[in-house]
Amino acid sequence: MGTTLAEKLWQNHVVKKGEDGAPDLLYIDLHMIHEVTSPQAFEGLRLASRTVRRPDLTIATEDHNTPTLDIDKPIADLTSRTQIDTLRANAQEFGIRLHSLGDADQGVVHVVGPQLGLTQPGMTVVCGDSHTSTHGAFGALAFGIGTSEVEHVLATQTLPLKPFKTMAVTVNGTLPEGTTAKDIILAVIAKIGTGGGQGYVLEYRGEAITTLSMEARMTVCNMSIEAGARAGLIAPDETTFAYVEGRPHAPSGKDWDEALAYWRTLVTDDDAVFDAEVVLEASDLEPFATWGTNPGQGLPLSASVPDPAGMVDENERLAAEKALAYMGLTPGTRLKDISVDTVFLGSCTNGRIEDLRAAAAVLKGRTKAEGVRMLVVPGSARVRLQAEAEGLDKVFTEFGAEWRNAGCSMCLGMNPDQLAPEERSASTSNRNFEGRQGKGGRTHLVSPLVAAATAVRGTLSSPADLDKD
Amino acid sequence: MDKFTTHTGVAVPLPRSNVDTDQIIPAVYLKRVTRTGFEDALFAAWRSDPDFVLNKDQYRNGSILVAGPDFGTGSSREHAVWALKDYGFKVVIASRFADIFRGNSGKQGLLTAEVAQGDVELLWKVLEEEPGRTLTVSLEDRTVSCGDVTVPFEIDDYTRWRLMEGLDDIGLTLKDEAAITAFESTREAWRPTTLPAKHLPPVEIESARPSR
Ligand code: SF4
Repeated sequence: MGTTLAEKLWQNHVVKKGEDGAPDLLYIDLHMIHEVTSPQAFEGLRLASRTVRRPDLTIATEDHNTPTLDIDKPIADLTSRTQIDTLRANAQEFGIRLHSLGDADQGVVHVVGPQLGLTQPGMTVVCGDSHTSTHGAFGALAFGIGTSEVEHVLATQTLPLKPFKTMAVTVNGTLPEGTTAKDIILAVIAKIGTGGGQGYVLEYRGEAITTLSMEARMTVCNMSIEAGARAGLIAPDETTFAYVEGRPHAPSGKDWDEALAYWRTLVTDDDAVFDAEVVLEASDLEPFATWGTNPGQGLPLSASVPDPAGMVDENERLAAEKALAYMGLTPGTRLKDISVDTVFLGSCTNGRIEDLRAAAAVLKGRTKAEGVRMLVVPGSARVRLQAEAEGLDKVFTEFGAEWRNAGCSMCLGMNPDQLAPEERSASTSNRNFEGRQGKGGRTHLVSPLVAAATAVRGTLSSPADLDKD
Repeated sequence: MDKFTTHTGVAVPLPRSNVDTDQIIPAVYLKRVTRTGFEDALFAAWRSDPDFVLNKDQYRNGSILVAGPDFGTGSSREHAVWALKDYGFKVVIASRFADIFRGNSGKQGLLTAEVAQGDVELLWKVLEEEPGRTLTVSLEDRTVSCGDVTVPFEIDDYTRWRLMEGLDDIGLTLKDEAAITAFESTREAWRPTTLPAKHLPPVEIESARPSR
């Protein structure tokens, strides 16, 4: 019997096999750090008089807490400032590379790694952040870890882990016009549920996946965690290799040839067996939006808010009732009739250059709906520079959107970019939990195309709706 | 982590069940960037009550907590264990512990001794008769004793072994350092490193300003 890609990656990183039910010890190729989940890990090292084993496999950026305005001034919020200062001091003390606010390589950790060419096929990648699954788009085994584990990796460059189960998620056919990677993953989560991926690594396959660009693949893998999965994975191919080649940390010359030869072996064998399988037809997909308070509560934009009374499953019904009460929605309302106050374009899900280009193409020459605020927050400072070089910032500001500095921003509302109570957003981020974007804030997760069209019309819309106006 | 064989200290009775992690340490204390110094946060809400057991003189130096069943339920916050340790607790005795709390405790060197509820009540009674008494907890023998009363406790072999050896997870992994070094020597030369740093040329980033 053959092996799956996830199993190959695992086997290639086992330092020591666990015996008698003990976990395997797995080597970590890249450890990324940010200001929120690292302070106690460094403190733990100090308390035990330990050092960072491999500063040269570690990289830090400031993202979760950073302001997106006035970044040249001291951070106003004291807790945020303390966390940032602590990260800076720790990076200095332990010799870790840090990209600080104002540096051209600063940005959301999951945008920065791939951009620098540090994320490559065949690696193990960890970070104290659940959306580390993003890096699986390169055919790397990438997953989020807790603070104790951050400390463990800092000290040993390894983690004791029990193997994950594997699930194949096959998306056949080609995506209809106006449908994007975001719609694929929202549909997957709606299908398997927010707990459906628990304990699994999801390997995305099929024509609709292999024809995606690298950035779109990152969007899909990013939200694997929203299905409860440990990681998402896409086998590397020519698209992957072309994306990595020439980046600052990509191998070159003879190294490139060697790396490439290895990367080409990173596929699931034809006769490998997955622990579970799910199949979707791309032609069935439409632009999606969530209506509830977890990412699994989503529907095609053409649908209406569901009626909990019609739900057979007791838990599902209760969850839907609670969600609708929080979201201030009534069953039967057409999703397209829901009006929003705020549109957020950004995050590690959809804050890359292709996302900004796609949204700008929709907005160009159009005007923003009355009373709607639109925030455009590039995923990294480099994305911002690239967008400015292409004149996209002008498109956004002429449209009436705010052009901000890079960071997590309204994705989690830890910095001042938040929704007010009962304010409603169309957001390209990944979590619509209660209070995620600000206490009492209501979030509808959408693709960049839907976000842009919504900013034009003021109600949840797809670009196709604009042509009809 | 220090090796744990036996511990003798003042025992603090806490006859409540379902002491959850929010009661052990309220969420407001989670914003800190340190891993130590949580002693003031331990049972913060209860400590404002002058009659709370830890506010009584006999118990100020308590190091063994004798609590009701289902201790440590709720969130996975490791801070709960840090707060108990920082206050000076070395052992928590209860008839049942929440799984994650017990796991976190084992990692941090806090002994969770599972004693049958009848025996817990016996201990409470002894402590009530003479507040401020010391107990002796022997991990070696898996017993808790107080004068001529000795009761057994349960703990899984793996955690017991780790505590007795004074090994936290990291300490355990470091025992395999030779294997890690050997693995590192087989890693391909082209694998990326973050240092020395390589990047595109630095560019000045202009700050966005609030719009009026
Ligand atoms: S952008 Fe959002 S999801 Fe991504 S790392 Fe930041 S807070 Fe987490």
